[in-house]
Amino acid sequence: MDLMNAIVALTNFVLIPGIAYGSQLAIGALGVTMVYGILRFSNFAHGDTMAFGTMITILATWGLQAAGITAGPLPTALLALPIGIAATAILVLTTDRLVYRFYREVRAKPVILVIVSIGVMFVMNGIVRFVIGPDDQNFADGERFLVTAREFKAWSGLEEGLAIKSTQVLTVVTAVIVVALLFWFLNRTRTGKSMRAYSDNEDLALLSGINPERVVLVTWLIVAALATVAGVLYGLDKSFKPFTYFQLLLPIFAAAIVGGLGSPLGAIAGGFVIAFSEVFVTYAWKKVLAYSLPEPLEPSGLVQLLSTDYKFAVSFIILLVVLLFRPTGLFRGKSV
Amino acid sequence: MKKLLLATTATALLAGAASAEDIKLGIILGFTGPIESLTPSMAAGAELAIQEVNDSGKLFDGSTVSAVQADSTCVDSAAATAAAERLITSDGIKGIMGADCSGVTGAILANAAVPNGIVMISPSATSPALSTAEDNGLFFRTAPSDARQGQIMADVLMEEGIETVALTYTNNDYGKGLADSFQQAYEEAGGTITISAAHEDGKADYSAEVASLASAGGDRLVVAGYVDQGGSGIVRAALDSGAFDSFHFPDGMIGTKLEENFGEEIDGSTGQHPGTDSEGASMFGELVGDKFDATSPFTPESYDAAALILLAMQAAGSSDPAAYKEKVMEVANEPGEKIYPGELDKALELIANGTDIDYVGATAVELIGPGESAGSYRQVVFDGGKLTTVKYR
Repeated sequence: MDLMNAIVALTNFVLIPGIAYGSQLAIGALGVTMVYGILRFSNFAHGDTMAFGTMITILATWGLQAAGITAGPLPTALLALPIGIAATAILVLTTDRLVYRFYREVRAKPVILVIVSIGVMFVMNGIVRFVIGPDDQNFADGERFLVTAREFKAWSGLEEGLAIKSTQVLTVVTAVIVVALLFWFLNRTRTGKSMRAYSDNEDLALLSGINPERVVLVTWLIVAALATVAGVLYGLDKSFKPFTYFQLLLPIFAAAIVGGLGSPLGAIAGGFVIAFSEVFVTYAWKKVLAYSLPEPLEPSGLVQLLSTDYKFAVSFIILLVVLLFRPTGLFRGKSV
Repeated sequence: MKKLLLATTATALLAGAASAEDIKLGIILGFTGPIESLTPSMAAGAELAIQEVNDSGKLFDGSTVSAVQADSTCVDSAAATAAAERLITSDGIKGIMGADCSGVTGAILANAAVPNGIVMISPSATSPALSTAEDNGLFFRTAPSDARQGQIMADVLMEEGIETVALTYTNNDYGKGLADSFQQAYEEAGGTITISAAHEDGKADYSAEVASLASAGGDRLVVAGYVDQGGSGIVRAALDSGAFDSFHFPDGMIGTKLEENFGEEIDGSTGQHPGTDSEGASMFGELVGDKFDATSPFTPESYDAAALILLAMQAAGSSDPAAYKEKVMEVANEPGEKIYPGELDKALELIANGTDIDYVGATAVELIGPGESAGSYRQVVFDGGKLTTVKYR
C-alpha cells in the first residue's frame, strides 16, 4: 500500500507535469530546430512568435465565447487555434519578406541573422504587450479535470491523490498528433523531401531544381503552426503572460540543442530531457522516499537537490554540459 | 534703509506664503503591480480624509490640501523612487501618504524622503525591518509591523489545533520578513514548520513549488504572498494537485479577489489582516457609504494616514515637514479628546483652540516605538466561499 502511495505521489507531482511540460517544450523546440535546419539560423524570436500566436488565439477565443460558441467539454481555444495559426503565418511571412529575405539573398553569416532575429523578437514582444497587455490572461474553459485528487482518493482509498487536468491530456494528445503529421510530411511528401534536401545541401538542392522560395515559405508556415500550437497548449495548461513566453526561450533552445539542432527527433527527446531534469532536480523527494523506504531509513530532510528557484539553472547546466562534451547533441544534429 | 526694506518685503512674502497655502500631499501607492486590486480604495480612503479637511475649511490659515498621485509599482524600487522624487521636486509635496509595499517604501524613504526631509506615513508597509530603518523621525505607519502579525498567525493556528504547517512566501522584503517572524513565533509556541520555501511572483506555473511543499507535508499551507500574483498561483496549483485543501492567509492574500478566485474550494481556510472592531471601523463604513469598499484591506489605514499628516500640520501650524513631524505622535496618542472618522472638522477646531486630541480614527491608531501602529487584527475564516470574521485580536 505504501509503495502504491509512493507511485501515486510521484506520478501526480513529477511524471504528469513533466510529460505535459516536456510535450510543450518539444513542440517549441521542433519550431526552433526547423528554422535552424532549413533557414540556418537560431531564431530568437521564437518565444515571442509563440506569444503572438497565443494572443491571437486568445482574442479569437473571447470572440467565440462572446458569440456563445464553445467546444463543450474541450477548451474553446481549440476552435480558435486555426485563426491563431493563420495570423501567425501572415506575421512570420511578412517578417521574412521584410527582414530575413534580404539577409538570405546577401548570404549573410548566421550570426548576423541571429542578431536580426533578436531585433525581430523585441518588435514582436512590443506588439504583443501593446495589444493584450503585460498581464496574466486565463482563457481555459470547458472541463478542467479528467480525474480530481479528491475523486481519486475516494476511489482508491489511498492517502495520496492523483489529479489529471484535461489540459495535460490535451497537450500530450495534440503533441503526438502534431509530431506524427510533421514526420509524415517530412518523410513521405515531395515538398517534405525537398525541404530535407535543401537542409542537407543547399547548392545541390538548387541544382536539382528545388525552388528555394517555396521551401522557405513552407518552412515558415510549419514554424508558425508549431509555435502557435506550443504557445496555446502552454497557455491553456498554465497561463498566458507575455514575459513567461520570452523566458521559455531558454528551455526551448536547451531542448533543441541537447537533442541536436536541425534534428526533429532530437528536438522531441531534448524537450523531455530538459523537462524531466528540471522537475527531478527540483523535486523534494521526502514523501516518496518515506513511503517506499522502511521506517529506519526514512529521511528527515527534504531530499531536494536544488530549490525550485533554480529551475532555469538546470537547463543552463545541461546546455553547457552538452555543448562541452557533445556539441552536435544527442541525435547528431548540426554543430552549433 | 535698503536692507530694512528688503527684510520687510521678505517677511511680508513669507507671511503671505504661510497664509492660505495650497498644500500638496503625495499619494504613492502601487496602482499597477501585485496589489493593484487593493490600491484604488486605499487612495480613495486617503482622498476622503483630504476632502473632509478641505470641506471644513479649518486647516491653519484657511489652507487647502490637494492630492497628487503616483505609482509605486509595489515591486520596482527604482520606479518608485523616481516617482517620489518627481512629486517632491516638481510638484512640491509636503508629505507622503504611502508607500504601500515594504520594499518600495524602504527605497522611497532612504532615497527620496529622508534626503529631502519629507514626512511619510505608510498605511500598509509591514516589514519588521522598517522599524529600525534610518528615518530622522520622518517615517510612520498606521499598519503594524509583521513581527506582530507573525505572532498573531502563530496564535490563530495554535488555537485551531494545527501543529504542523508548510510555509511559502513571496521572495521580497514583505514575504521574507513575515515568514521569519511567523516561523519564530510558531516554533516558540511548539509548532513545526515542515518547509519554508520562497516563490517568485509572475510565473505561469507553480506546480514545481507546490510539489516540494506537498512532499514536505503539513496540516495546512501558509501562503505569505500576494493575491494578485504568485500567492493565488500557489493556491491554484495546490488545489489542482490535491496537495493541500486548507490554507492560512496573512494580509497580502486577503481580498475579494481571493473569494472570486477560489470561493468554496478553500472553505475552512483561515487568515488575518490588520483590522479593528473599534467604533471607528463602523463609523468609517458609514462615512464611506457605497462610494468605495471601506472594508478592503488597508483602506481605513490609508484614511488614518492622510488624516494624521493633516492633523499634525494643524498642530504645528505649518506644512513644513521638519515642524510637523514632531506632532504626529502627539495627535495620534493619548492624552486628549478622542477623534473618530468623520470628526476631522472637530479635531481641527480643537487643535486650533489648543486642546489636545487623541486620534483614534478608523483603525484605533496607537503609535508605538518608532512610530508604528500597535496593531489589532481581524481573524477571518472561509465559510461558504465568503470571508467571515471570527473575531478581532
